[in-house]
Amino acid sequence: MGVTKESVEATLKEKLNPTHLDVVDTSGGCGASFVVEIVSDQFEGKRLLERHRLVNAALVEEMKEIHALSIKTALTPEQWNQRQETNAAQPTA
Amino acid sequence: SMRCYSAITPELKTTLDKVVSSHKVILFMKGTKDFPQCGFSNTVVQILKSLNVPFETVNILENEALRQGLKDYSNWPTFPQLYIDGEFYGGCDITVDAYKSGQLQEALEKAMCS
Repeated sequence: MGVTKESVEATLKEKLNPTHLDVVDTSGGCGASFVVEIVSDQFEGKRLLERHRLVNAALVEEMKEIHALSIKTALTPEQWNQRQETNAAQPTA
Repeated sequence: SMRCYSAITPELKTTLDKVVSSHKVILFMKGTKDFPQCGFSNTVVQILKSLNVPFETVNILENEALRQGLKDYSNWPTFPQLYIDGEFYGGCDITVDAYKSGQLQEALEKAMCS
């Protein structure tokens, strides 16, 4: 049984209790490949390397089959809200 | 911390301590700096080249023991793995993020002056 976007989402939801989660399957034929955007209060007080380690550790079983995992965003809920507000304040042309 | 050496022997750990400290900036990657064999490895090579910093690369595709050992040593499951001043700095995403924020340049300057 392969790793799916749904299984990656389920594991991350269970282990990191995210307030926002977006998993994109980017596999282009060379195996399971995902981009993850995740917001969790478990990142509070942790620098980026530690946050990514938390995500990697949560997916330790899946990583055996995942070809590439890109963690594009790992923010705390507070940082996420700030970013949403900043984006909203800059209307696109 | 989650750092754990359980899967590697003390001998291998001693060897890896030496390898990761053998150059101020050393990148363990798929392929070589002139012929990267993966987009993620290539991204980090291009960043380091653009910053004009001397760095060494090690092709983990040619050394399975090193490849497996480094995953446990770094507590990081994928490659590339960038080490600065003997310390694990991050994989591709972290390096790109640090490059954009200027923190990578800072870390490299600090390493070069140490």
